[in-house]
Formats: sequence, structure tokens, C-alpha cells
Amino acid sequence: MSHLLDIKGVSIRFGGVQAVNKVDFHADPGAIVGVIGPNGAGKTTLFNIVTGFYSPDEGAMTFDGHNISGLKPNALTRLGMARTFQSVRLFNAMTVLENAMVGQHTRTKAGMLGALVRGPGTRKEEERIREKAREALAFFGDRLIGREDALASDLAYADRRRLEIARAMATEPKLLLLDEPAAGMNPAEKEGLIAQIARLRSERNYAIVLIEHDMPVIKSVSDRVVALDHGEKIAEGTYEQVSTNQQVIEAYLGKAAQEAQL
Amino acid sequence: MNQNKKLFIFLLAGVALLVLPLVAQQFGNAWVRILDTAMIYVLLALGLNIVVGYAGLLDLGYVAFYAVGAYSVAVFTATTSYLVGGTVNAPAAAGYTNFWVAVPITILISVAIGVAIGAPVLRLRGDYLAIVTLGFGEIIRTLVLSDWLKPRMGGPQGITNVAAVPFFGLNTRNAQILYYLIFGFAALAFFVAVRLKTSRVGRAWAAMREDEDIAEGMGVSVIRYKLLAFAAGAAIGCLGGAFFAAKLSVANPGSFTLLVSINVLAVVVLGGIGSIPGVVVGSLVLVGLPELLREFGEFRLHIYGAILVAIMLIKPEGLIPDKRRALELRGDDHQPEKAVLSASETEGVQ
Repeated sequence: MSHLLDIKGVSIRFGGVQAVNKVDFHADPGAIVGVIGPNGAGKTTLFNIVTGFYSPDEGAMTFDGHNISGLKPNALTRLGMARTFQSVRLFNAMTVLENAMVGQHTRTKAGMLGALVRGPGTRKEEERIREKAREALAFFGDRLIGREDALASDLAYADRRRLEIARAMATEPKLLLLDEPAAGMNPAEKEGLIAQIARLRSERNYAIVLIEHDMPVIKSVSDRVVALDHGEKIAEGTYEQVSTNQQVIEAYLGKAAQEAQL
Repeated sequence: MNQNKKLFIFLLAGVALLVLPLVAQQFGNAWVRILDTAMIYVLLALGLNIVVGYAGLLDLGYVAFYAVGAYSVAVFTATTSYLVGGTVNAPAAAGYTNFWVAVPITILISVAIGVAIGAPVLRLRGDYLAIVTLGFGEIIRTLVLSDWLKPRMGGPQGITNVAAVPFFGLNTRNAQILYYLIFGFAALAFFVAVRLKTSRVGRAWAAMREDEDIAEGMGVSVIRYKLLAFAAGAAIGCLGGAFFAAKLSVANPGSFTLLVSINVLAVVVLGGIGSIPGVVVGSLVLVGLPELLREFGEFRLHIYGAILVAIMLIKPEGLIPDKRRALELRGDDHQPEKAVLSASETEGVQ
């Protein structure tokens, strides 16, 4: 059985640092994979490799039956990959709706000529872009709908995080990668986020991979958890299996702390 | 209501621009010629606005397209052009073709050069891009000045005897008639600029300008859209050069200095980066102001400079700001810092 996303033996080195070392990883539709690990474990680097921002030194990567080694981020978006960023990165000087409309870029094709002539085909496509963008915003209820014309930078922090997810949804992805979506959220907002991530799986059947430091979030949404440390995969399994794994505990608390406890 | 008001102001401005040369004529023909120059700057600035304002690519060598437009029209229409075997001393009876045939060819040549200049700088951003484009601008000027191209481009003398624009038997060397001709082209360029801005292409450019990495992450092919911006900017800008050559009947390297690039960029910044009405007003102010200040004699340029500084201090976002750009300069406190991907997103490197 082949996975939607399947990466094997992927490594990348920056100068003297082996940021990711021979990591195997896979993701499938309708399943949520949590990626955990201490700071500097290589989680975001792994995301950057998968989404084409970095090209790995070695390893094989396939997505939806395509060999994706060496593909650029925009090509991967077209294939059905979308992501959010650890530090929220929206198009700040564009409106909420425009941000989501950019997400539709690879699903539409009007070029220079279409822009100038603006024939019925182009106008229809533009209407469809709006519709799809609104649909993505509507996923978050009235948090974003009704504020379509506000500038992205004028949104409250949690809404900015939501808009980033909506923008990713507007690309009509098969795989959604979320980089610390709960960071900076209050407990109530985290509860909402947990429900939304679950809905992304059940309503959209996305394959979801999320990096998160917040263990309750990981625990409540993940079907499978992968733990990284120093660029290596040290554990994989259910939350219970991984959270009781000796190596994982050592990675988080340090060996010394472990020994001190004994 | 708001839409109607906008349309009303737009029409009013259009009528004002149409009446302007008639008013200027009352103060002497020289003023109409200044308006011609201002209109040529409108074309240049509308083109550069696409590159700098829409796509966020700082191009300091934009004079290249001004030169390409002027020289291309000159080569095709001058009676001294090598194409008809003419020389400065022995012009042929007629040019190779007329302005209207030369313009589409000129646009094609400019677009090709725009893409050729754009291709090697695709990986460069910000200041680095500015320096390299500055070099390209100089290369074009040095090329037309070179001995190598002298038999084709006339060296320091340039190409003389460029034909006037044929237009229903009217004398297009007349400053007023020429004004309306350039105005027609500028109006067309205005329309193109508006359409591009409010389209899928314009949105992709805006996203790229905001954050190149993320735009690429959202599916925008940065390479393609950078080249498109260079091409569109070149196509519009070369028209300014075409009219410049037809207006003065000469294209020579002395007219295509770095100062032109700086002036056009100043028009765009002063008018409001990314703002289409802004560049029109900017052109009129920047070209007209030094002339209005002539009575100050030797202090003219001092006062001109002081006024420009004052405008930028009072209205840093430009005379008619683009709503997006205005925001960037407002110094929003909840605008998050733009992190460079390789720095903050790379937790693996410490």
C-alpha cells in the first residue's frame, strides 16, 4: 500500500549541523500525524523539506504518486500540498478575502490577456475564485466571514492563525501541514482549534501533519505521533506509546534529570 | 455613492488633462512642450510602477527601456538609419517604415530585452536587484555609445532625422497635437495598468511583493511573475522612448542617463508607489515643478529639492497613496516582523 506522502531516508545538513538525519515519514488522507520534539529537533526543517523550501541532501520523496524531489513550493501546491507557518505569515497589506484568493492561484489560469480583455471566461473564473475563497473563510464561522475587506494585519492574533489555515484550504489541498497552529492561543482558542482540526479531517478528508509543542493538543487530535530529536526520528506510534517512550522522555527532560529522579 | 464619486473625480481629471495644453498655450509654447515631456514621463512611470509598485522589484535601470524605445523607433523611421543606407551626412529620402509599424516592433524588442534583463536577476532581491539593474541600464547606454554599434546606432551623435508620427496629415511636431497623441497612449497604458492590478495576475504580484517565499508556497511561480512584471513594464516604458525620439527627431545616448531612471523612480515614489493616479500626478509635479521655479534663477534646483523633501516628509506614502502601501508606512504596531524563512523557520540551525 502506498502512502499519499511518503518520504524515505531524508537528510539535510547546514554547515556542521545535521538538521534532519535519515528520517522516514508518511501521511495518509483522513489521518492526523503529530510531530513533536524539543526545540531544534528539526521539525520545521522537515516541513521545509517536504514543501520544497529546502532540497534535501539525500532521500526519496513521493507525493500522490509523483516523485517530488527537487520540485519547487509552487509546483507542490499545485499537486495538493498546503502549509501554514510557525510565525504567522500572511500577506499583510492585502485584505482577508484577497489572502484566501491567492490560495486559489494554482487552481485557476487567467493570464495577462485574460486580465486585459476580461472576457466572460475570465469574469466567471474570478467569480469562482471569490466563491472558493469565501468557502474557505466560512470554515471558521463568523471569525473571518464578515471581515473579508479588513486588512490581514488588522486581524486579532488568533484570527490571523485561522486565516493562514483558510488560505491553505483555498489551495484545495490533499495534504495540510500545520506548523504550531496553537502557539500563542489561549485555552478556549485551543479547544476551538482542536475541534477545527478534527473537522478538517472529517469534512475534508485531508491528510494532516501538525507540529505542536502543546501536548494536550497533540494528544486530542493525533492518530499517530512522531518524535524527533537532533534531526532523528526517535519514536513513532500512538500518543500513549510515544509519551512513555524512554528516549522521548530523555529528549525532553535530559538524561541527567532522569538519573537524578532515580 | 463612493463609486460614483470616484468616477466623477476620474472624469474630471481626464477633462482637466485634456484642457491643460490649451491653457498652457496661453503662457507660451514652451509650456506645452513641458507638458509633452510630462506625458512621456506618465508612460515611463506607469511602466515602472508595474515593476516596482505591483511586483516590488526595485529597478534602477529602467532608462534601458526608454533608450530601447527611442533607438528602435529611430532605427526604423529615421532617414539616417542604416536600414535605408542613410548616414548623418547623407540621409536617405525616406525612413524604413513609419511610426505605427515601428511601435509594435519596438514593444516586442523591449519585452525581449526586459525578459533578458529579468532572467539573470531572478534570484536577487531588494538592494541587490537594484544594483544589478542599475548596471543593466548603464550597459544599454554604453552599448549604443560604443564604436562597435556606431555604424548602426551612430555613436555619440545618435540617430538623427527621426520621422515625425504620421497622423491624418496633422503636424505632430506641433506640441499640442503631440500632447494629445501621447495622452491617447497614456490613457491606454492607464487602462492596462488598472486591469492588470485588479486581476489574478495583479494579485499574484501583490502576494509576491508582500512575501516572496510565502507567495511561492501558495502556488505563485515567482520566476514567471517576475518575468511578466519586467515584460509588462518594458512594453509600456518603451512607448515613452518612442515618443521621445519622434518628438525631438533624434535619439542620442546623452538623453538616457542614470538620472532618467532616478527621475522616473522619484515620480513613482512621490506619486505613491503602486498608485496609478499617483504616477500621473507625480509626473506632472516632478516635470512641471522645476519649470515653474525658473524665476528663482540659480536657486531653482535648491528650492526644487527642498520641496521634494518636504513632500516626502509630509506625505511619505505619496501624493495619492495606494491603500496597500499606505499601510506599510503607517508603522502598524501589530504588524509582525517579516521573518526571513531561513532564519526563523529553521529551528534545526542554531
